[in-house]
Amino acid sequence: MVEKQFTVQKQKIINLPLSKKDVMGLNAGDVVLINGMIVTGRDKIHKFLFYERPLKKDIPFNLSGTILYHCGPIVKKSDSGYKIIASGPTTSIRVETYEHRIISSYGIRGIMGKGGMGERTLDAMKKNGCVYFHTIGGAAAYLADRVKRVVDVWKLEEFGVPEALWLLKVENFPAIVTMDAYGKSLHNDIAKKSGSALKKLIK
Amino acid sequence: MLKLRDGIVELYRKVATSLPPDVEDALKAACVSEKKGSNARHALDVILENIRIARETARPICQDTGVPVFYVKTPIGLSQIELEKTIIEATCIATEKVPLRPNAVDIITDKNTGDNTGIGFPIIYFRETPDSTLSIDLMLKGAGCENVGQTYKLPKEELKADRDLDGVRKCVLDAVYRAQGRGCSPYTIGVGIGAAKDQVARLAKEQLMRRLTDTNNIEVLFKLEKRLLKEINSLGIGPLGFGGKTTALGVKIGVNHRHPASYFVDISVCCWANRRGRLIW
Repeated sequence: MVEKQFTVQKQKIINLPLSKKDVMGLNAGDVVLINGMIVTGRDKIHKFLFYERPLKKDIPFNLSGTILYHCGPIVKKSDSGYKIIASGPTTSIRVETYEHRIISSYGIRGIMGKGGMGERTLDAMKKNGCVYFHTIGGAAAYLADRVKRVVDVWKLEEFGVPEALWLLKVENFPAIVTMDAYGKSLHNDIAKKSGSALKKLIK
Repeated sequence: MLKLRDGIVELYRKVATSLPPDVEDALKAACVSEKKGSNARHALDVILENIRIARETARPICQDTGVPVFYVKTPIGLSQIELEKTIIEATCIATEKVPLRPNAVDIITDKNTGDNTGIGFPIIYFRETPDSTLSIDLMLKGAGCENVGQTYKLPKEELKADRDLDGVRKCVLDAVYRAQGRGCSPYTIGVGIGAAKDQVARLAKEQLMRRLTDTNNIEVLFKLEKRLLKEINSLGIGPLGFGGKTTALGVKIGVNHRHPASYFVDISVCCWANRRGRLIW
Protein backbone atom coordinates (compact mmCIF):
# COMPACT_ATOMS: atom_id res chain seq x y z
CA MET A 1 0.00 0.00 0.00
CA VAL A 2 1.21 3.50 -0.79
CA GLU A 3 1.92 5.44 2.36
CA LYS A 4 0.57 8.95 2.17
CA GLN A 5 2.85 11.68 3.43
CA PHE A 6 1.39 14.84 4.85
CA THR A 7 2.78 18.31 4.73
CA VAL A 8 3.16 19.44 8.31
CA GLN A 9 5.59 21.59 10.18
CA LYS A 10 9.07 20.15 10.45
CA GLN A 11 8.86 16.72 12.02
CA LYS A 12 11.41 15.64 14.59
CA ILE A 13 12.56 12.03 14.42
CA ILE A 14 12.62 10.30 17.80
CA ASN A 15 14.73 7.19 18.34
CA LEU A 16 14.10 5.19 21.50
CA PRO A 17 15.28 4.82 24.20
CA LEU A 18 15.30 8.51 25.15
CA SER A 19 17.83 10.10 27.48
CA LYS A 20 17.01 13.00 29.77
CA LYS A 21 18.94 15.23 27.39
CA ASP A 22 16.80 14.05 24.45
CA VAL A 23 13.66 14.85 26.42
CA MET A 24 14.89 18.33 27.30
CA GLY A 25 15.30 18.94 23.57
CA LEU A 26 11.55 18.53 23.03
CA ASN A 27 9.00 21.33 23.36
CA ALA A 28 5.24 21.45 23.47
CA GLY A 29 4.08 21.85 19.87
CA ASP A 30 6.78 19.65 18.30
CA VAL A 31 5.48 17.24 15.68
CA VAL A 32 7.38 13.96 15.92
CA LEU A 33 7.81 10.54 14.33
CA ILE A 34 8.71 7.83 16.83
CA ASN A 35 10.97 4.84 16.14
CA GLY A 36 11.94 1.97 18.42
CA MET A 37 10.40 -0.07 21.24
CA ILE A 38 7.37 1.20 23.10
CA VAL A 39 5.21 -0.46 25.77
CA THR A 40 1.42 -0.33 25.99
CA GLY A 41 -0.36 0.02 29.31
CA ARG A 42 -3.77 1.19 30.42
CA ASP A 43 -6.02 1.17 33.50
CA LYS A 44 -5.20 -2.20 35.06
CA ILE A 45 -1.45 -2.10 34.60
CA HIS A 46 -1.30 1.41 36.03
CA LYS A 47 -3.24 0.34 39.11
CA PHE A 48 -1.00 -2.71 39.41
CA LEU A 49 2.30 -0.82 39.09
CA PHE A 50 1.08 1.86 41.51
CA TYR A 51 -0.07 -0.43 44.31
CA GLU A 52 2.07 -3.57 43.88
CA ARG A 53 5.25 -1.68 43.03
CA PRO A 54 7.05 -4.57 41.29
CA LEU A 55 10.82 -4.20 41.13
CA LYS A 56 12.35 -3.34 37.76
CA LYS A 57 14.02 -6.77 37.66
CA ASP A 58 10.64 -8.47 37.97
CA ILE A 59 9.29 -6.74 34.88
CA PRO A 60 10.33 -8.63 31.74
CA PHE A 61 10.96 -5.45 29.70
CA ASN A 62 13.23 -2.53 30.32
CA LEU A 63 10.98 0.48 30.85
CA SER A 64 13.84 2.98 31.26
CA GLY A 65 13.88 5.57 28.52
CA THR A 66 10.88 4.13 26.77
CA ILE A 67 7.40 5.44 25.97
CA LEU A 68 4.41 4.09 27.87
CA TYR A 69 1.56 4.11 25.38
CA HIS A 70 -2.01 4.32 26.68
CA CYS A 71 -3.51 1.82 24.29
CA GLY A 72 -5.61 -1.31 24.39
CA PRO A 73 -5.04 -2.85 20.97
CA ILE A 74 -6.96 -5.38 18.91
CA VAL A 75 -4.56 -8.30 18.46
CA LYS A 76 -4.82 -11.42 16.32
CA LYS A 77 -2.88 -14.56 17.13
CA SER A 78 -1.57 -16.64 14.26
CA ASP A 79 1.05 -19.39 13.84
CA SER A 80 3.74 -16.78 13.28
CA GLY A 81 2.87 -14.89 16.48
CA TYR A 82 0.75 -11.90 17.40
CA LYS A 83 -0.33 -9.24 14.95
CA ILE A 84 -1.67 -5.79 15.85
CA ILE A 85 -4.87 -5.10 13.92
CA ALA A 86 -5.84 -1.76 15.45
CA SER A 87 -3.94 0.31 17.99
CA GLY A 88 -5.01 3.89 18.57
CA PRO A 89 -4.66 5.71 21.89
CA THR A 90 -7.03 5.59 24.86
CA THR A 91 -7.94 8.55 27.11
CA SER A 92 -4.94 9.31 29.32
CA ILE A 93 -6.61 11.26 32.11
CA ARG A 94 -8.07 8.05 33.59
CA VAL A 95 -4.63 7.10 34.93
CA GLU A 96 -3.82 10.55 36.32
CA THR A 97 -3.89 9.19 39.90
CA TYR A 98 -1.11 6.71 39.16
CA GLU A 99 1.11 8.13 36.45
CA HIS A 100 3.34 10.45 38.48
CA ARG A 101 4.79 7.60 40.54
CA ILE A 102 5.15 5.29 37.54
CA ILE A 103 7.20 7.96 35.75
CA SER A 104 9.49 8.43 38.73
CA SER A 105 9.81 4.74 39.69
CA TYR A 106 10.47 3.22 36.28
CA GLY A 107 12.42 5.90 34.40
CA ILE A 108 9.85 6.35 31.66
CA ARG A 109 10.70 9.26 29.35
CA GLY A 110 7.49 9.53 27.39
CA ILE A 111 3.80 9.02 28.01
CA MET A 112 1.71 8.64 24.89
CA GLY A 113 -2.06 8.72 24.60
CA LYS A 114 -4.83 11.17 23.88
CA GLY A 115 -6.47 14.09 25.63
CA GLY A 116 -3.47 15.03 27.77
CA MET A 117 -3.03 14.72 31.53
CA GLY A 118 -3.29 16.79 34.69
CA GLU A 119 -1.08 18.80 36.99
CA ARG A 120 0.38 15.90 38.99
CA THR A 121 1.66 14.25 35.83
CA LEU A 122 2.91 17.55 34.41
CA ASP A 123 4.79 18.09 37.64
CA ALA A 124 6.31 14.59 37.56
CA MET A 125 7.37 15.19 33.96
CA LYS A 126 9.15 18.35 34.99
CA LYS A 127 10.86 16.69 37.97
CA ASN A 128 11.95 13.52 36.18
CA GLY A 129 12.41 14.56 32.56
CA CYS A 130 9.49 13.13 30.64
CA VAL A 131 7.10 14.41 27.95
CA TYR A 132 3.57 13.66 26.78
CA PHE A 133 3.08 12.58 23.18
CA HIS A 134 -0.44 13.10 21.87
CA THR A 135 -1.13 10.76 18.99
CA ILE A 136 -4.19 10.66 16.74
CA GLY A 137 -7.26 9.41 18.63
CA GLY A 138 -9.26 6.85 16.71
CA ALA A 139 -6.71 6.43 13.91
CA ALA A 140 -6.31 2.79 14.86
CA ALA A 141 -5.69 1.19 11.46
CA TYR A 142 -3.25 3.92 10.41
CA LEU A 143 -1.33 3.57 13.67
CA ALA A 144 -1.39 -0.24 13.59
CA ASP A 145 0.43 -0.06 10.24
CA ARG A 146 3.24 1.75 12.04
CA VAL A 147 3.67 -1.12 14.49
CA LYS A 148 6.19 -3.31 12.73
CA ARG A 149 6.39 -6.15 15.22
CA VAL A 150 4.97 -7.48 18.48
CA VAL A 151 8.12 -8.26 20.43
CA ASP A 152 6.66 -9.57 23.66
CA VAL A 153 3.70 -9.42 26.02
CA TRP A 154 3.31 -9.49 29.81
CA LYS A 155 0.22 -10.08 31.97
CA LEU A 156 -1.84 -11.31 29.03
CA GLU A 157 -3.60 -14.10 30.91
CA GLU A 158 -4.21 -12.04 34.02
CA PHE A 159 -5.38 -8.76 32.46
CA GLY A 160 -6.71 -9.77 29.03
CA VAL A 161 -5.81 -8.47 25.57
CA PRO A 162 -6.62 -4.74 25.90
CA GLU A 163 -5.05 -4.39 29.35
CA ALA A 164 -1.85 -6.43 28.87
CA LEU A 165 1.59 -4.85 28.47
CA TRP A 166 2.54 -5.23 24.82
CA LEU A 167 6.13 -4.55 23.80
CA LEU A 168 5.95 -3.15 20.28
CA LYS A 169 8.50 -2.09 17.71
CA VAL A 170 7.22 1.00 15.90
CA GLU A 171 8.39 2.96 12.88
CA ASN A 172 7.47 6.55 12.02
CA PHE A 173 4.70 6.57 14.61
CA PRO A 174 3.23 10.10 14.49
CA ALA A 175 2.52 12.25 17.55
CA ILE A 176 2.60 15.81 18.81
CA VAL A 177 4.33 16.82 22.03
CA THR A 178 1.57 18.53 23.99
CA MET A 179 3.16 18.54 27.48
CA ASP A 180 6.89 19.07 27.89
CA ALA A 181 9.48 18.71 30.65
CA TYR A 182 9.49 22.48 31.17
CA GLY A 183 5.95 22.46 32.54
CA LYS A 184 4.23 23.72 29.38
CA SER A 185 0.91 22.07 28.49
CA LEU A 186 -0.97 22.89 25.30
CA HIS A 187 -4.04 21.33 26.94
CA ASN A 188 -3.97 23.96 29.65
CA ASP A 189 -3.71 26.68 26.98
CA ILE A 190 -6.73 25.35 25.05
CA ALA A 191 -8.75 24.83 28.25
CA LYS A 192 -8.08 28.42 29.28
CA LYS A 193 -9.03 29.86 25.89
CA SER A 194 -12.18 27.76 25.55
CA GLY A 195 -13.09 28.61 29.15
CA SER A 196 -13.15 32.31 28.45
CA ALA A 197 -15.10 31.72 25.22
CA LEU A 198 -17.61 29.68 27.23
CA LYS A 199 -18.05 32.44 29.80
CA LYS A 200 -19.10 34.87 27.07
CA LEU A 201 -21.59 32.39 25.63
CA ILE A 202 -23.39 31.61 28.89
CA LYS A 203 -23.46 35.02 30.54
CA MET B 1 -32.51 -17.82 12.08
CA LEU B 2 -29.05 -18.73 10.76
CA LYS B 3 -29.11 -16.23 7.88
CA LEU B 4 -30.15 -13.32 10.05
CA ARG B 5 -27.28 -14.13 12.37
CA ASP B 6 -24.82 -13.84 9.47
CA GLY B 7 -26.49 -10.60 8.41
CA ILE B 8 -25.86 -9.16 11.88
CA VAL B 9 -22.21 -10.29 11.75
CA GLU B 10 -21.89 -8.38 8.46
CA LEU B 11 -23.60 -5.36 10.03
CA TYR B 12 -20.94 -5.45 12.77
CA ARG B 13 -18.20 -5.62 10.15
CA LYS B 14 -19.61 -2.73 8.16
CA VAL B 15 -20.16 -0.51 11.19
CA ALA B 16 -16.73 -1.24 12.71
CA THR B 17 -14.73 -0.76 9.52
CA SER B 18 -16.44 2.09 7.65
CA LEU B 19 -18.15 5.39 8.46
CA PRO B 20 -21.54 6.54 7.14
CA PRO B 21 -21.10 8.88 4.11
CA ASP B 22 -22.57 11.90 5.94
CA VAL B 23 -19.95 11.61 8.69
CA GLU B 24 -17.05 11.16 6.29
CA ASP B 25 -18.25 14.11 4.19
CA ALA B 26 -18.45 16.29 7.29
CA LEU B 27 -14.90 15.31 8.28
CA LYS B 28 -13.62 16.12 4.78
CA ALA B 29 -15.27 19.54 4.92
CA ALA B 30 -13.79 20.10 8.38
CA CYS B 31 -10.32 19.15 7.15
CA VAL B 32 -10.17 21.74 4.37
CA SER B 33 -11.57 24.42 6.68
CA GLU B 34 -8.62 24.09 9.08
CA LYS B 35 -5.43 26.04 8.45
CA LYS B 36 -2.75 24.29 6.38
CA GLY B 37 0.17 23.17 8.53
CA SER B 38 -1.87 23.38 11.76
CA ASN B 39 -2.11 20.52 14.23
CA ALA B 40 -5.87 20.41 13.58
CA ARG B 41 -5.32 19.93 9.85
CA HIS B 42 -2.66 17.29 10.53
CA ALA B 43 -5.03 15.39 12.82
CA LEU B 44 -7.87 15.44 10.27
CA ASP B 45 -5.52 14.40 7.45
CA VAL B 46 -4.49 11.35 9.46
CA ILE B 47 -8.10 10.65 10.46
CA LEU B 48 -9.27 10.69 6.81
CA GLU B 49 -6.36 8.51 5.76
CA ASN B 50 -7.21 6.12 8.59
CA ILE B 51 -10.82 5.90 7.40
CA ARG B 52 -9.61 5.00 3.92
CA ILE B 53 -7.17 2.34 5.17
CA ALA B 54 -9.75 0.82 7.50
CA ARG B 55 -12.32 0.52 4.72
CA GLU B 56 -9.88 -0.86 2.17
CA THR B 57 -8.34 -3.40 4.51
CA ALA B 58 -11.65 -4.16 6.31
CA ARG B 59 -10.12 -3.42 9.71
CA PRO B 60 -11.78 -1.55 12.57
CA ILE B 61 -11.49 2.23 12.28
CA CYS B 62 -10.79 2.45 16.02
CA GLN B 63 -9.38 -0.25 18.29
CA ASP B 64 -12.17 0.56 20.74
CA THR B 65 -15.06 -1.12 19.00
CA GLY B 66 -17.08 0.11 21.93
CA VAL B 67 -20.28 -1.05 23.54
CA PRO B 68 -22.59 -2.35 20.80
CA VAL B 69 -26.00 -0.69 21.07
CA PHE B 70 -28.88 -2.17 19.08
CA TYR B 71 -32.14 -0.38 18.28
CA VAL B 72 -34.42 -3.06 16.91
CA LYS B 73 -37.81 -2.41 15.34
CA THR B 74 -39.79 -5.63 15.14
CA PRO B 75 -42.91 -6.43 13.15
CA ILE B 76 -45.87 -7.69 15.21
CA GLY B 77 -45.49 -11.32 16.21
CA LEU B 78 -41.71 -11.67 15.85
CA SER B 79 -40.16 -13.21 18.96
CA GLN B 80 -37.88 -10.82 20.83
CA ILE B 81 -36.46 -13.73 22.83
CA GLU B 82 -35.29 -15.44 19.62
CA LEU B 83 -33.96 -12.16 18.22
CA GLU B 84 -31.96 -11.48 21.35
CA LYS B 85 -30.38 -14.94 21.13
CA THR B 86 -29.48 -14.34 17.49
CA ILE B 87 -27.89 -10.95 18.27
CA ILE B 88 -25.83 -12.47 21.07
CA GLU B 89 -24.65 -15.31 18.84
CA ALA B 90 -23.76 -12.84 16.10
CA THR B 91 -21.83 -10.75 18.64
CA CYS B 92 -19.62 -13.71 19.62
CA ILE B 93 -18.93 -14.54 15.98
CA ALA B 94 -18.26 -10.92 15.01
CA THR B 95 -15.80 -10.52 17.90
CA GLU B 96 -13.75 -13.36 16.45
CA LYS B 97 -14.26 -12.63 12.75
CA VAL B 98 -14.17 -8.84 12.27
CA PRO B 99 -12.37 -8.81 14.79
CA LEU B 100 -13.82 -6.61 17.52
CA ARG B 101 -11.94 -5.88 20.72
CA PRO B 102 -13.38 -7.88 23.60
CA ASN B 103 -14.85 -5.18 25.84
CA ALA B 104 -17.27 -6.90 28.25
CA VAL B 105 -15.82 -6.95 31.77
CA ASP B 106 -17.45 -8.73 34.73
CA ILE B 107 -18.03 -6.30 37.61
CA ILE B 108 -17.48 -8.95 40.32
CA THR B 109 -14.45 -10.84 38.98
CA ASP B 110 -13.07 -8.02 36.79
CA LYS B 111 -12.52 -10.64 34.06
CA ASN B 112 -13.08 -9.87 30.40
CA THR B 113 -15.53 -12.39 28.93
CA GLY B 114 -13.56 -12.31 25.68
CA ASP B 115 -16.57 -12.31 23.35
CA ASN B 116 -18.35 -8.98 23.97
CA THR B 117 -21.31 -10.62 25.67
CA GLY B 118 -22.35 -10.47 29.30
CA ILE B 119 -25.04 -9.07 31.55
CA GLY B 120 -26.69 -6.26 29.59
CA PHE B 121 -23.92 -6.49 27.00
CA PRO B 122 -24.55 -5.77 24.14
CA ILE B 123 -27.29 -3.24 24.86
CA ILE B 124 -30.48 -4.10 22.97
CA TYR B 125 -33.62 -1.92 22.74
CA PHE B 126 -36.72 -3.39 21.14
CA ARG B 127 -39.70 -1.54 19.77
CA GLU B 128 -42.65 -3.16 18.04
CA THR B 129 -43.87 -1.47 14.88
CA PRO B 130 -46.82 -2.02 12.53
CA ASP B 131 -44.35 -2.40 9.61
CA SER B 132 -43.77 -5.81 8.07
CA THR B 133 -39.98 -5.47 8.00
CA LEU B 134 -37.46 -6.06 10.75
CA SER B 135 -35.07 -3.14 11.12
CA ILE B 136 -31.85 -3.47 13.13
CA ASP B 137 -29.79 -0.35 13.85
CA LEU B 138 -26.35 -0.79 15.38
CA MET B 139 -24.14 1.81 17.01
CA LEU B 140 -20.61 1.03 18.20
CA LYS B 141 -20.09 3.56 20.96
CA GLY B 142 -16.51 4.05 22.08
CA ALA B 143 -15.81 4.51 25.76
CA GLY B 144 -13.61 7.59 25.46
CA CYS B 145 -16.55 9.65 24.30
CA GLU B 146 -19.07 7.84 26.49
CA ASN B 147 -17.03 8.89 29.52
CA VAL B 148 -17.26 12.60 28.71
CA GLY B 149 -21.07 12.63 28.56
CA GLN B 150 -22.98 14.56 31.27
CA THR B 151 -26.39 14.70 32.90
CA TYR B 152 -27.75 18.00 34.26
CA LYS B 153 -30.69 18.83 36.48
CA LEU B 154 -32.12 22.26 35.82
CA PRO B 155 -32.00 24.88 37.22
CA LYS B 156 -28.22 25.02 37.56
CA GLU B 157 -27.03 28.18 39.20
CA GLU B 158 -23.31 27.98 38.31
CA LEU B 159 -24.26 28.09 34.64
CA LYS B 160 -27.12 30.55 35.12
CA ALA B 161 -29.17 27.86 33.47
CA ASP B 162 -32.93 28.10 34.05
CA ARG B 163 -35.61 25.58 33.22
CA ASP B 164 -35.88 26.48 29.57
CA LEU B 165 -34.19 25.78 26.25
CA ASP B 166 -31.63 28.50 26.87
CA GLY B 167 -30.71 26.62 30.04
CA VAL B 168 -30.31 23.51 27.91
CA ARG B 169 -28.04 25.44 25.56
CA LYS B 170 -25.79 26.42 28.47
CA CYS B 171 -25.57 22.81 29.69
CA VAL B 172 -24.52 21.57 26.25
CA LEU B 173 -21.78 24.20 25.97
CA ASP B 174 -20.57 23.41 29.48
CA ALA B 175 -20.46 19.67 28.71
CA VAL B 176 -18.37 20.23 25.57
CA TYR B 177 -16.04 22.59 27.43
CA ARG B 178 -15.57 19.99 30.16
CA ALA B 179 -14.92 17.26 27.57
CA GLN B 180 -12.24 19.32 25.78
CA GLY B 181 -10.73 16.99 23.15
CA ARG B 182 -10.61 13.96 25.43
CA GLY B 183 -13.49 12.15 23.75
CA CYS B 184 -11.90 12.48 20.27
CA SER B 185 -13.46 15.57 18.72
CA PRO B 186 -14.91 16.62 16.32
CA TYR B 187 -17.99 15.30 18.10
CA THR B 188 -21.57 14.54 17.28
CA ILE B 189 -23.62 15.73 20.24
CA GLY B 190 -26.87 14.00 21.20
CA VAL B 191 -29.15 15.83 23.65
CA GLY B 192 -32.16 14.37 25.48
CA ILE B 193 -34.57 16.45 27.57
CA GLY B 194 -37.33 15.10 29.78
CA ALA B 195 -38.68 13.82 33.08
CA ALA B 196 -36.31 11.07 34.22
CA LYS B 197 -32.59 10.31 34.20
CA ASP B 198 -32.79 6.92 32.48
CA GLN B 199 -35.15 8.22 29.83
CA VAL B 200 -33.10 11.30 28.87
CA ALA B 201 -29.88 9.27 28.73
CA ARG B 202 -31.44 6.84 26.28
CA LEU B 203 -33.03 9.65 24.28
CA ALA B 204 -29.75 11.56 24.02
CA LYS B 205 -27.88 8.51 22.76
CA GLU B 206 -30.61 7.67 20.29
CA GLN B 207 -30.17 11.12 18.69
CA LEU B 208 -26.71 9.98 17.57
CA MET B 209 -28.40 7.60 15.13
CA ARG B 210 -29.75 10.56 13.17
CA ARG B 211 -27.94 11.58 9.99
CA LEU B 212 -25.88 14.74 10.31
CA THR B 213 -27.73 16.08 7.28
CA ASP B 214 -31.25 15.55 8.66
CA THR B 215 -33.37 18.41 9.95
CA ASN B 216 -35.26 18.46 13.20
CA ASN B 217 -38.96 18.76 12.37
CA ILE B 218 -39.54 20.91 15.45
CA GLU B 219 -38.60 24.39 14.26
CA VAL B 220 -37.38 25.71 17.61
CA LEU B 221 -35.13 22.66 18.14
CA PHE B 222 -33.84 22.89 14.58
CA LYS B 223 -32.76 26.48 15.31
CA LEU B 224 -31.20 25.51 18.63
CA GLU B 225 -29.23 22.69 17.01
CA LYS B 226 -27.83 25.11 14.44
CA ARG B 227 -27.01 27.76 17.02
CA LEU B 228 -25.31 25.24 19.31
CA LEU B 229 -23.17 23.84 16.51
CA LYS B 230 -21.94 27.33 15.72
CA GLU B 231 -21.29 28.18 19.37
CA ILE B 232 -19.52 24.89 20.12
CA ASN B 233 -17.23 25.50 17.16
CA SER B 234 -16.43 28.96 18.48
CA LEU B 235 -14.94 27.45 21.65
CA GLY B 236 -11.69 26.72 19.77
CA ILE B 237 -11.14 23.23 21.19
CA GLY B 238 -10.75 21.78 17.70
CA PRO B 239 -10.03 18.26 16.45
CA LEU B 240 -8.66 16.08 19.29
CA GLY B 241 -8.36 19.21 21.42
CA PHE B 242 -5.47 20.60 19.34
CA GLY B 243 -7.27 23.91 18.84
CA GLY B 244 -9.10 24.84 15.64
CA LYS B 245 -12.46 25.52 14.07
CA THR B 246 -14.11 22.12 14.25
CA THR B 247 -15.06 20.82 17.68
CA ALA B 248 -18.39 19.32 16.59
CA LEU B 249 -19.90 18.03 13.35
CA GLY B 250 -23.51 18.13 14.49
CA VAL B 251 -25.92 18.64 17.38
CA LYS B 252 -29.13 16.58 17.60
CA ILE B 253 -31.81 17.25 20.20
CA GLY B 254 -34.73 15.06 21.24
CA VAL B 255 -37.47 15.88 23.75
CA ASN B 256 -39.94 14.06 25.96
CA HIS B 257 -42.57 15.61 28.20
CA ARG B 258 -41.28 16.36 31.67
CA HIS B 259 -42.69 16.36 35.19
CA PRO B 260 -43.49 19.88 36.53
CA ALA B 261 -40.82 19.40 39.19
CA SER B 262 -38.12 17.87 36.95
CA TYR B 263 -36.05 19.11 34.06
CA PHE B 264 -33.33 16.63 33.11
CA VAL B 265 -30.89 17.22 30.28
CA ASP B 266 -28.55 14.47 29.14
CA ILE B 267 -25.69 15.04 26.74
CA SER B 268 -24.32 12.02 24.92
CA VAL B 269 -21.04 12.75 23.17
CA CYS B 270 -19.92 10.72 20.18
CA CYS B 271 -16.34 10.76 18.86
CA TRP B 272 -15.55 11.63 15.23
CA ALA B 273 -15.85 7.90 14.51
CA ASN B 274 -19.64 8.01 14.65
CA ARG B 275 -20.16 4.35 13.75
CA ARG B 276 -23.74 3.45 12.95
CA GLY B 277 -25.56 1.29 10.43
CA ARG B 278 -28.84 -0.40 9.61
CA LEU B 279 -29.88 -3.86 8.54
CA ILE B 280 -33.33 -4.24 7.00
CA TRP B 281 -34.65 -7.79 6.99
